[in-house]
Amino acid sequence: MKQVITLQINGQPREVTVEPRTRLLDALRDGLQLTGTKEGCGNGECGACTVLVDGRAVNSCLMLAVEAVGSAITTIEGLAQQGQLHPLQEAFRQHGALQCGICTPGMILAAKALLDEQPRPTRDEIRFHLAGNLCRCTGYQKIIDAVEAAAAALAD
Amino acid sequence: MLPFDYQRVETLAEAVAVLGQDPAGTRLLAGGTDLLVFLTDQKLRLGRLLDAKRATDLPGLEVNGALAVGPNVKLRELERHPAVAARWQALAQGASAVGGVAIRNRATLAGNLGTASPAADTPPALLALGARLELLGPAGRRELPLSEFFVGPGRHRLQPAELIRRVLLPAPPPRSGSWYTKLATRQAMDIAFVGVAAALSLAADGTVASARLGLGAVAPTPVEVDLTALLAGRRLDEDALAAAAEAAQVASSPIDDKRCSALYRRAMVGELTRRGLRQALAQAEAAL
Ligand SMILES: Cc1cc2nc3c(=O)[nH]c(=O)nc-3n(C[C@H](O)[C@H](O)[C@H](O)COP(=O)(O)OP(=O)(O)OC[C@H]3O[C@@H](n4cnc5c(N)ncnc54)[C@H](O)[C@@H]3O)c2cc1C
Ligand code: FES
Ligand code: FES
Repeated sequence: MKQVITLQINGQPREVTVEPRTRLLDALRDGLQLTGTKEGCGNGECGACTVLVDGRAVNSCLMLAVEAVGSAITTIEGLAQQGQLHPLQEAFRQHGALQCGICTPGMILAAKALLDEQPRPTRDEIRFHLAGNLCRCTGYQKIIDAVEAAAAALAD
Repeated sequence: MLPFDYQRVETLAEAVAVLGQDPAGTRLLAGGTDLLVFLTDQKLRLGRLLDAKRATDLPGLEVNGALAVGPNVKLRELERHPAVAARWQALAQGASAVGGVAIRNRATLAGNLGTASPAADTPPALLALGARLELLGPAGRRELPLSEFFVGPGRHRLQPAELIRRVLLPAPPPRSGSWYTKLATRQAMDIAFVGVAAALSLAADGTVASARLGLGAVAPTPVEVDLTALLAGRRLDEDALAAAAEAAQVASSPIDDKRCSALYRRAMVGELTRRGLRQALAQAEAAL
C-alpha cells in the first residue's frame, strides 16, 4: 500500500512515496535521488548506508522510511555548506582517505556523529566508533588520520 | 522484503490489543536490527509491524537503587549510562559488545531478549545480575525471572500478545562486582564463540557471600549458573575458581558449528569463568 510521507532531510521537508516495507535507504536513493547514501550489504554489517537520524549514526538499510517520520535526517548531501566542503570531507580528500568511495559517505557521517559528541577523540575512540563501517580499499589508517585532522580543524 | 502493514500505537495497552488481533502475524518493531534482517532475508513473513517507540506511556531507563529498563532504551544508552557502568558493569559491557555503534544506536535490550539467540550478548549479564522481566499482556502485568524466559533458539515464554514492559535488575548487594567477557574473532561486529558474565558479592570478612554466572553460546539458551552454594563462605582462591569453572562446564552443552568446536567452547567457558570471577572479585574487594 503506497503512501506519501514527509521526511525532514538535511533541514528540508521532503515528500516521498513509500510502502511500509520501503527502507529509509531506498526512500533516499530511489525516492529522492539522494544517491550519496550507498548500499553495501543490506544487512547492517558494512555501514555504507549510514545516515544520521536525530544526530545519531544509523544504518538506513535497517530502518523503515515510515519509522523516520518525525525525525531529522542528515545525509552526505547535507554536509557541504554554500559550496564549501565540511571539514571532514576536506580532511578525507587531503589525506587520501578514500579510493573507490563506496564506504566514504557512511564513514564521514559516522565520524561526524562521533565528533559532534566528542570533539577530540583518541585514535582508539575513532576506531571504536567506526568499527561498524567497513572499507575494502584504504586499509583504514588514512581514514583514522583524516578524522583526527578534521577534529583538529574543527577545534580551531 | 515481502509486503506488510506498519502501525504506530500511542500506548502499550494499545500495542497489546493490536498484537491480540493476530498474534502470529504481528510483531513489535523495536530497533529492527534483528527483525528487518529476518524480513530482508525472507526468514520471516509478517502481516504487520507494530511500532510502539513513540508510545506516550513508555517506561525509560530508571535508576533508584534498582535498575529498570523500558522497551525503547537503546543499548548505546545503557552502555554510556554512568550509573549502569558503575553498578551493573557486566550489563554495560554486554550492551557494548553488540555490533557497532550504529547498531547499538537502534538496538534495544528488549529486542535482544525477544530474538532469544543463544549467543546474544546481554542475557549472560542479565542472568548473572538476577534480572526479572515485567511483562504486559491481555491479562495485565506479571513478572518472570529471566532464567525462566528462554526455551530454545529463537523461542521464549511470552504468551500471545504479551510484551516486555521493563527489564528489572535488583540493587547490587554491598561489596559486589560483575564482569562480562565475550570471546570472538573480531573486537566488534562479531558473534560470540562464548560469552560469560560473572557477578559476586563478598561478606565483610572477604569470603564469598553470593555468586552467579550467565553463559552465552554454550547451550540452546543462555544459561544461569548459581554458584552461591558452591562458593559461599570460601575465599575465591585457585581451588574455588577451579570448582566454579567446572560448574560452568557441567552446565554447558555446546555444539560444533562454523565458528568453533564444542571442545573449544567447553574449554573457554571454564577459562572465561575464572577471568570473570577474578575481575568481579577485584571490584568487590575495592569496596571492602
Ligand atoms: C550487524 C549486526 C550485528 C549484530 N551484532 C550482535 C552482537 O554482537 N551481539 C548480539 O547479541 N546481537 C547482535 N545483533 C543482533 C541485534 O542487534 C540485537 O539482538 C538487538 O538487541 C535487537 O534489538 P532490536 O531493538 O533491534 O530488536 P528488533 O529487531 O526490533 O526485534 C527483535 C525481536 O524482539 C521482539 N521485541 C522487541 N521489543 C520487544 C518487547 N518490548 N517485548 C517483546 N518482544 C519484543 C521483536 O518483536 C522481534 O521479534 C547484531 C545485529 C546486526 C544487524
Ligand atoms: S548496507 Fe546497510 S549496513 Fe551494509
Ligand atoms: S574507499 Fe573503497 S570501500 Fe572504502
